[in-house]
Amino acid sequence: MSAGKISSGSEIDDPGYPTPEENYLTNSKGLLSWIFTLDHKRIGVMYLVGVSVAFLVAGLLAIGIRLHLMSPDGWFLETGAVKAITGDKPTNDVYNQVFTLHGAIMVFLFIIPSVPAALGNFLVPIMLGAKDVAFPRLNLSSFYLWMFGAFFFISALLASGLDTGWTFYTPYSTTSNTSVILATSGAFILGFSSIFTGLNFIVTINTMRPPGMTWFRMPLFLWATYATSIIQVLATPVLGITLLLLIAERTMHIGIFDPQYNGDPVTFQHFFWFYSHPAVYIMILPAFGVISELISVHSHKRIFGYRFVAYSSIAIALLGFLVWGHHMFTSGMSPVTTIIFSALTFSVSVPSAIKVFNWLATMYKGSISLTTPMVYAIVFIFLFTIGGLTGLHLGTLATDQHLHDSYFVVAHFHFVMVGGTLVAFLGGVFHWWPKMFGKMYSEKGGIASAALVFIGFLVTFLPQFILGSRGMPRRYATYDPEFQTLHVASSIGSLILGLGLFVALFVLLKSLFSKERAPANMWGGATLEWACTSPPPFYNFQRAPAVDDPYDFTDIVWDSVSERYVRVEPERKLAPEEQPAHAGE
Amino acid sequence: MATSEAGHSADQHAGDAHGHDHDHPDYLAHHFDTPEQQFDSGKLGMWLFLVTEVLFFSGMFCAYAIFRAWRPEVFEGCSQFLNTKLGAINTGVLLFSSFTMAWAVRASQLEEHKKTAALIATTLCCAMVFLGVKAVEYSHKWAMGLLPAGLFSYDENNPHPPGPNWLLYICMPFIVITIGVFLWMVFSWATKAKFQFQCAKPLFFVCLSFFGGVYLGTVLEPKVEDHAVHASADGHADAAEHAEGDPHAEGDSHAEGEAEAAGADEGEHTEEAHEAAPAEEETEEPVIELGSVVPKSGTMVDTSRDLEIQRKLASVEANSAVRDELNALERQDMNASGAITYHQTDDTSNTIAGSEEDVMRRSRAGVFFSIYYCMTGVHAIHILAGIGVLVWLLVRSLRKDFNRNYYGPVDYVGLYWHLVDLIWIYLFPLMYLIR
Ligand SMILES: [Cu+2]
Repeated sequence: MSAGKISSGSEIDDPGYPTPEENYLTNSKGLLSWIFTLDHKRIGVMYLVGVSVAFLVAGLLAIGIRLHLMSPDGWFLETGAVKAITGDKPTNDVYNQVFTLHGAIMVFLFIIPSVPAALGNFLVPIMLGAKDVAFPRLNLSSFYLWMFGAFFFISALLASGLDTGWTFYTPYSTTSNTSVILATSGAFILGFSSIFTGLNFIVTINTMRPPGMTWFRMPLFLWATYATSIIQVLATPVLGITLLLLIAERTMHIGIFDPQYNGDPVTFQHFFWFYSHPAVYIMILPAFGVISELISVHSHKRIFGYRFVAYSSIAIALLGFLVWGHHMFTSGMSPVTTIIFSALTFSVSVPSAIKVFNWLATMYKGSISLTTPMVYAIVFIFLFTIGGLTGLHLGTLATDQHLHDSYFVVAHFHFVMVGGTLVAFLGGVFHWWPKMFGKMYSEKGGIASAALVFIGFLVTFLPQFILGSRGMPRRYATYDPEFQTLHVASSIGSLILGLGLFVALFVLLKSLFSKERAPANMWGGATLEWACTSPPPFYNFQRAPAVDDPYDFTDIVWDSVSERYVRVEPERKLAPEEQPAHAGE
Repeated sequence: MATSEAGHSADQHAGDAHGHDHDHPDYLAHHFDTPEQQFDSGKLGMWLFLVTEVLFFSGMFCAYAIFRAWRPEVFEGCSQFLNTKLGAINTGVLLFSSFTMAWAVRASQLEEHKKTAALIATTLCCAMVFLGVKAVEYSHKWAMGLLPAGLFSYDENNPHPPGPNWLLYICMPFIVITIGVFLWMVFSWATKAKFQFQCAKPLFFVCLSFFGGVYLGTVLEPKVEDHAVHASADGHADAAEHAEGDPHAEGDSHAEGEAEAAGADEGEHTEEAHEAAPAEEETEEPVIELGSVVPKSGTMVDTSRDLEIQRKLASVEANSAVRDELNALERQDMNASGAITYHQTDDTSNTIAGSEEDVMRRSRAGVFFSIYYCMTGVHAIHILAGIGVLVWLLVRSLRKDFNRNYYGPVDYVGLYWHLVDLIWIYLFPLMYLIR
């Protein structure tokens, strides 16, 4: 039970330096106070740790893949050190399992919960000026479902691995003798974790907005989270039933997906992508929200075209449900269907482009501070634009015939998911780190990590576009010697990328041990989370905060004496008794 | 899971030692400002959860639609194995339980605590009757080998092979629970634990109603010896004609069906099985079937494995590309060997139409039962979950937790229960009444 003690002294409301005993990290002690906490901030922090560990595991697997591909006949997985672990399994089987687990862990355990569950849990209630999410217990159970799902994945890894690719395509997944059931059960459970998080956020945003915060005075991060949550609630159940049917197919041979029993594997693909295409928007939409905040705050300028950015999130969420067929252009759909899916796929690029243009317009004539989060945001815009535009090649029917299942797809996907989501996640972590832990990291180290990530990323994945367009298929353990130069370049890039990520981790962890405390408003933001202390107190706000325009930076100026941002005007705060009883529309 | 969050409010507060000196009532969670806000949040949350539930089932409804469109005769044929009487009774029972549930919501708003508890207990009894009837239906089908595609082993000549008593196995956990509740009731009565006795008494009757359901089911489900009734379940699309007659009158076609079914066994045995099967029908009107697709002459043995897989893919309507490829491959092969072994190339697309007599083959009939078990099984799991939350609700209503300002949990569980009911109302006609 998370019992909190908050003194009613006035210093807690002072947006300056909190007394360290009185924030959410210190109000109760001991392991149990974390395990049974209902505090959204602690749950957010636990998610942050959890997804980081998952990312580390999946990242190391990725490095393993890249090192293996240094030589045309495969190198790394043949080496003695790896053989000592894998035993006498054929190397190519090991390779299949490594890339499968890399994909499955990255997608289900890292990217999907990264921004919504880790940053979202921490930020959504604070940005709303609320004390917590609508269903704190459900929130905690989401986290434990995540842990439980992760446990299943680990057992799959330890049992007999998984070699179906993260997509679990039938009929291979019904015949593969690896632990498909364990892994799909894990994904099924993770799906429920994701559903409950999304449900919680929708309800929180709908019913717990403070008086004065209309829909169009919400920070854009909340809009993005809301759109994401809609997808989580609407798409994930379909994945759930698909995986359940897959498990039934394996155990009872129900003959729905397995052609051996008159089933239809293409039906599986339809079911799977009906979730998994919207799922890529679960992965990228929250990143859009993070970037909207970062660009606006660090340019100290009102976001350009607020309503367009907000509506485009909803548009992406809804259009995202209509394009799943573009994964199956080569699976034998009718020509008419493929044309419709192709056209719809192109339509999704419109709201995405609206966002990019609005971010650029926000930066234009803004007073940009090149802080670590801002550098990450700029890296994001650059990489995401490439990722988005190469998606058009794959959405085009003719070119997709050539590029399907090649490294081009791999590169495109990683530009969007790593160059997009991961970079935005890192930017967000750097942006809100001082708020979460009340400690400031070394800006130099942060920018160095961003530069290494950027360079490493480009060296890793640009060659893969060329590889793919020259015909290198994905998921192969060996390749023609003519591809070696590009593969080696890509492998070296992955090491640089890995180094950059370790630098980021080091910089952040090191800051925790510094004595200097971060001010309440580190960057001069106008959203509500910057109005409470760093780290926030247990109940976020002693009094309901006054809601202002989240992108009005005119009152917030840098005070060089105290070396932090302050509001020049005294805040117009409503006394509690003046508040309307309930957040209206 | 669904509803546990809905009721997180009341017991939450007790452990909170936060220093707010507000005048929150007990049932209002600390992070809500007003009871209305709490109620609205819970209700929206519940509706969203129901949306996910609908989407969860929609996957299976999609599968149903796809396979019924592809094999209408299989669905119509197999549907006759379902006992419409039992399905109708279950529909009525669930509808009635929805009514008592809605009434319970009203009673809790009016603070009629006794009535609320009685109505919730009635709802629980209905849920148990439903499960009891379902247990009879399931166990009877299992005994007959009417199982999902891979396990399907129905034999028309011997529809009731000796086997384990499935009904007893299903009843086992319920018997244990009933005895447990009975002991609890007696114990709490003996020790004069008044509240515990109050809880145990209705729960004992709830447990008993499961066996009421089982009794109802066994009375109405045809007996093992009663072959005449099974005639209606013989799986022919036109079974109505000989529904009253003896199924073995059509012994010949049955024998064929037998052979076919044997031929459709696991891949490795297919060849031998086919050799053994009486070949008259095969030569007259060859029909390409999954699992029975094996080259008959030696000419195609080399490519047979690939071809077999291809053929499996091709027999699915949508895979037009695969079928084209396959046809091309065959033509190639024929040209190469000079021997035309397959004259039924076109039949790959015709397996669906005009093959009423092999509806009951393992590889075909199974898919109906796959979908039947998936849908009704997941539905039954939802009933079980509903029973769980209803028991929780019963205890809380006996504790008089609910009042005119705080009846959210009853309302939310009610919504959930109506959805479970509604899904069954779709399942019943789609499964039982499609002939
Ligand atoms: Cu897609």
